[in-house]
Amino acid sequence: MRHGRYPFIIGFLAAPVAIYVTFVLGPYAQAFYLATTNWRGVSANPEFVGLENFTKLFSDDVFWKAIRHHGLLLLALPLLTIVLALFFAFMLNVGGGSRGGAMAGVRGSRFYRVVFFFPQVLAVVIVGVIFSRVYAPDDSGLLNGALATVGLDPVLFMADPDIALWSIIAVLVWQAVGFYVVLFSAGMSSVPKEIYEAATIDGAGRAAMFFRVTLPLLWDTLQVAWVYLGIAAFDAFAIVQVLSVDQGGPDGATTVLGMEIYRNAFSYSQFGYASAMGVALFFLTITFAALTLRVSKRDTIEL
Amino acid sequence: MSVTPESPADLSRRTVLRRAAAVGLLATPAAGLLSGCVGGGDDEPVEQAAGDKSEANPLGVKEDAPLELTIFAGGLGTKYATDVHVPSYKKAFPKAEVKFSSTEEVGTVLQPRFTSNTPPDMVNNAGSKLLDQGALVQAGQVQDLTELFDAPSLDDPSKKVRDLLVPGTVEQGTFNGKPYVLNYAFTVFGLWYDSALFAKNGWTAPKTWAEFTALCDKIKAAGITPYSYAGANAAYYQYLVLLTSAAKIGGPDVLKNIDNLEDGAWQAEPVKQAAAAWAEIGAKYGNRAHLGLKHTEVQLQQNQGKVAIYPSGSWLENEQAKDTPPGFKYAVMPVPSVTASDALPPTAIYAAAGEMYFVPSKGKNARGGMEYLRHMLSKAGAKGFTELTKVLTVVQGAVDGLDISPGLTSGNAMLTAAGKDYFAYRFDTWYKKLDDEARAATNELMFSGGTAQKFCDRMQKVADAVKKDSSIEKFKR
Repeated sequence: MRHGRYPFIIGFLAAPVAIYVTFVLGPYAQAFYLATTNWRGVSANPEFVGLENFTKLFSDDVFWKAIRHHGLLLLALPLLTIVLALFFAFMLNVGGGSRGGAMAGVRGSRFYRVVFFFPQVLAVVIVGVIFSRVYAPDDSGLLNGALATVGLDPVLFMADPDIALWSIIAVLVWQAVGFYVVLFSAGMSSVPKEIYEAATIDGAGRAAMFFRVTLPLLWDTLQVAWVYLGIAAFDAFAIVQVLSVDQGGPDGATTVLGMEIYRNAFSYSQFGYASAMGVALFFLTITFAALTLRVSKRDTIEL
Repeated sequence: MSVTPESPADLSRRTVLRRAAAVGLLATPAAGLLSGCVGGGDDEPVEQAAGDKSEANPLGVKEDAPLELTIFAGGLGTKYATDVHVPSYKKAFPKAEVKFSSTEEVGTVLQPRFTSNTPPDMVNNAGSKLLDQGALVQAGQVQDLTELFDAPSLDDPSKKVRDLLVPGTVEQGTFNGKPYVLNYAFTVFGLWYDSALFAKNGWTAPKTWAEFTALCDKIKAAGITPYSYAGANAAYYQYLVLLTSAAKIGGPDVLKNIDNLEDGAWQAEPVKQAAAAWAEIGAKYGNRAHLGLKHTEVQLQQNQGKVAIYPSGSWLENEQAKDTPPGFKYAVMPVPSVTASDALPPTAIYAAAGEMYFVPSKGKNARGGMEYLRHMLSKAGAKGFTELTKVLTVVQGAVDGLDISPGLTSGNAMLTAAGKDYFAYRFDTWYKKLDDEARAATNELMFSGGTAQKFCDRMQKVADAVKKDSSIEKFKR
């Protein structure tokens, strides 16, 4: 009975593994190799330069600027998104209190769910274009137009180095929240109703219900959300590329590693150096994911 | 910098998504994928088509060899190639098949073809996604054009091609002593204004800095932004003007030193003076909101009478053609003199052969590519180009007898007045990194309260870094 098992498994695994090796591992290996060359993207034979690209990287101001921006994104993006998404999900699923023995969301929660999810459906570039109109620096912009009607000076959302990155974070949060509302909603709906009912009978208010019941039971989902958002914080390339002034400006105030990789590869034709940045990004992302999973490790609550 | 306006539609959803995928989280593997062909090509010389040289065929083109062209589809359009130059080549070589293609992203489309040593035979390298010309030359991918410039011209076999060009053209495309690139369009730069608006208000083009600021005061009093440019993507229009001032104060060698990465070139007194003068204009007469706008948006504001003076090159009139209201008459003036003791007269301008055309050395028909350039450099080829694009070419006298627009007339007059006092820099195409830094530093200077000292120090720091970087090939002029 069992002798047919291995050919069967291998038959199923061979193709995906081959594809994975060719299109993921192979390119990674090549990128690592390129990071040790001074390849400029137009010749067929790159020259080996050892770790020169990396020593250059560590004394590159722009690189550290991008890293700092990732640090800020890493703190702000997951935190803001998760807090908002949790709040909305709670209101949509449990916030309406008990209705006919079952927990229900606030009035109109089905409608809100669609509204929240809507930004997720839009392509990143479209989001960028929309916000370039929202943030426009004169009164043709949505926000500055509103400010102008009450007689306030226009705010240079993308052009002021002090708020440009925050403006970008706001867009990222705006876009991401919907997805996590749905994710957390799914998590909440898997919490047995009896637990909520028991809590209601014990006299728990909405706050207690949230912090003492919902949050602990959602821990796994939160952990996943944190890792996802953390990885998204290491990206942010598309929005920066579309929305920021002078690609990552003003004056590098919104730049991220992806942007710098792109710039070094495609503007400066320094593919070797760009690959070195890519390798650095790779290790940052891996380290982050491993750390998060390790730090947030907790026993799963048996239901 | 390319002297071609960036294509307004250069950001389509698909290309950005592709880039997002290529660079975002997937940066590492994608860089590897891109390099799939590294080491795949070989350095063996490619067998190239060659025919017998004759009087009618001085470059020895194989008459039935196919010719492949790639043209940038931007502010100049592609009609000049399809309607003028390709027919001209076809007429001379009827048996040759001409494959024509155009793209908004020259770099993205052609880069993989260079790594695999299968490039087209002639490339118009321009636009915001252009190939790094310096890197191509460094990699030995570009054909030496000496033979073309020494060949007899199509119109007059007794004259060489190089003798019929505007002086400086061949030098503009020279990298370390060899001419690799034909810069075909001749562009003049200056401060553009609406001569109708100026006439209506009794304003005249200023020659000195005092006249300039006095005029700006008057314009400001009339409720119009006196001077502005677009910070979001066109800061290089402004640093061009700033460096023009520097060259006028201290002579063209100021720019030569910058190009040659001489120590302290950016901290030279003329650069500092120019930066200080322009910082004041930015602070007093600019509009901070324009830091967040693109070039087309500010140009539109000028067409609507909200901005009076705008720095740009002579493509501006053609680029704005569909948005220019009737009654708006483009005119251009030289950048006013900053001091009374400027090294160059007030009429001196920044003017240069631009818009790069080159022949890949590893294409299949490099001789055909050069021959195609020879057809572009004929009188008929140049005249056709100017008619279709309203941009002058490097071919002397090609616009004689042509009925030209107000902006082009004004630009032409400015060029004539300048005489031999025109100059240009090259560092922006040689060292893209310096170009980027100059854009950011200029925005800081003009919009965000930067100072001349900060500007100079900042530029010097990056210039020094480029000089020290062994992976970047250095060029001299």
